[in-house]
Amino acid sequence: MEERRQVYLDYSATTPVKQEVADEMIPYFTQNYGNASSIYSVGAVAKDALEKARGQVASLINAEPSEIIFTSGGTESDNWALIAMARKLKNKGRHIITSAIEHHAVLHTCQYLAKNEGFDITYVGVNSDGIVDPAEVEAAVRPDTILISIMFVNNEVGSIQPVEEIGAVAKKHGILFHTDAVQAAGNVPIDVKKIQADMLSLSAHKIYGPKGCGCLYVRRGVILPTYIHGGAQENKKRAGTENIPAIVGFGKAAEIAQRDFDRHVSHVKSLRDHFVERVLAEVPKTHYNGSREHRHPGNANITFEYVEGEAILLYLDFAGICASSGSACSSKSLQPSHVLTALGIPVELIHGSIRFTFGDMTTMEDVDYAVDQIKKIIARLREISSVSEEKGW
Amino acid sequence: MAMYNDKVIDHFMNPHNVGEIEDASGIGTFGSPVCGDMMQMSIKVDDNGIITDAKFKTYGCGSAIASSSIATDMIIGKTCEEALKVTNDDVLRELGGLPSVKVHCSILSEQSIKAAIYDYAQKNGLEFEGLKDFDPNAEDHDESCELSDDEL
Ligand SMILES: Cc1ncc(COP(=O)(O)O)c(C=O)c1O
Repeated sequence: MEERRQVYLDYSATTPVKQEVADEMIPYFTQNYGNASSIYSVGAVAKDALEKARGQVASLINAEPSEIIFTSGGTESDNWALIAMARKLKNKGRHIITSAIEHHAVLHTCQYLAKNEGFDITYVGVNSDGIVDPAEVEAAVRPDTILISIMFVNNEVGSIQPVEEIGAVAKKHGILFHTDAVQAAGNVPIDVKKIQADMLSLSAHKIYGPKGCGCLYVRRGVILPTYIHGGAQENKKRAGTENIPAIVGFGKAAEIAQRDFDRHVSHVKSLRDHFVERVLAEVPKTHYNGSREHRHPGNANITFEYVEGEAILLYLDFAGICASSGSACSSKSLQPSHVLTALGIPVELIHGSIRFTFGDMTTMEDVDYAVDQIKKIIARLREISSVSEEKGW
Repeated sequence: MAMYNDKVIDHFMNPHNVGEIEDASGIGTFGSPVCGDMMQMSIKVDDNGIITDAKFKTYGCGSAIASSSIATDMIIGKTCEEALKVTNDDVLRELGGLPSVKVHCSILSEQSIKAAIYDYAQKNGLEFEGLKDFDPNAEDHDESCELSDDEL
């Protein structure tokens, strides 16, 4: 029997903290533990670290440091941007435009605003590649539209949205534009000025930084009301003692993401392309979901016909391979992914869809091992399955 | 796999009685791929009405495969009447339990046993007390898959 490897192919779920990043963080737990709000020098060290990180994160997205506000992560940033801005503008209008493929951090927040605060949400659809048409966004604009929130890169199929065009639509109609760029960071160039974003969410743990840390970019001149109340931290915009070690790690991770951008993109893209090419050629009845062209360089999303996703994941786990599926069991039934549904993929194919995401620590040997295992696993599960090519669905 | 016990893991990694009996006495299916699981069960019944063999094929998650596997083990050697008394709860107990969100995945084994015995009964003009309430077309009414209400 061949050697069993541990192969992590779920970098869009989270990434390991890079050693370089961890090394920067450690002193801020043990030595430079001061509170950045204090006036004595241990506090000043923390304050300096905080401001350095702000500069590093700002640089990654071509923003000014003063436009970066640290938060507890992508989810908080999305909630804050949507809820606080919607409440602020509710007398101007109660209509928000978003897409059908947003992460739950945006989708459930919009559903919350609709259900509890009387907002009306338009969910713009996508084409079969998983891409929003800016013309459709424009067509959805109404006199009472106050906010457009469309993600930069989708987390399931990796589709890159035309955010520059959508930003231009928003600008043209005088509507604020927020984009969730959590999956874009480090993987596609982000320039807040080009996309004319008023608000943009980032998360540290998707770019080899720590979990529980992120930021919201708020363009200078845009006034976003406070959402987390308390102290005067973050220029009185976001209360709570800053998580200095995490923010230092986020800053370093952002610096590396910018510094090593080309190397990272070409590395993950070559692994992903090799993986996809082999799987599609060697495993019959498979489909590649999403856009080939406008796609996150490290994302592959593949449907394996006649087998169910969770069963695939369990067999993969047994072979040491980590990936994630498009459907999730709720208490009563198997819920198909809202993203794959929006792409128009039939439910039974969604149930057999798996996301593989590649990262800096992935090697070509890992990829080849994964493909070899996938071939065996799919063949075995198809032997067990009550549906097949001959019998049909 | 932390959410599953060892017995469940063993049954989906190494399921028993996978396949289809060629000269089956009865064959039935339950569920649909749209809902996430579909099981086919075939049985061999001898002249004394005893199930001497059972095989399954299941499209579905790990819990569905494990439940199918153990259900075939449970009915081999039983009479049809006895096999019809095997419930979802019996399957769950025999497996040592499933996570609560996965309990619904074990229902199809109970239904597939009934579907296979129903087919056997139809072919042989037999009637079983345990099939009184069985509706062979039940799955057709179930295309909605009971979409959960815990969505916001
Ligand atoms: C697109 C997108 N938005 C938001 C989030 C949430 O970010 P966090 O885990 O930092 O709360 C994620 C990560 O799961 C994501 O992929």
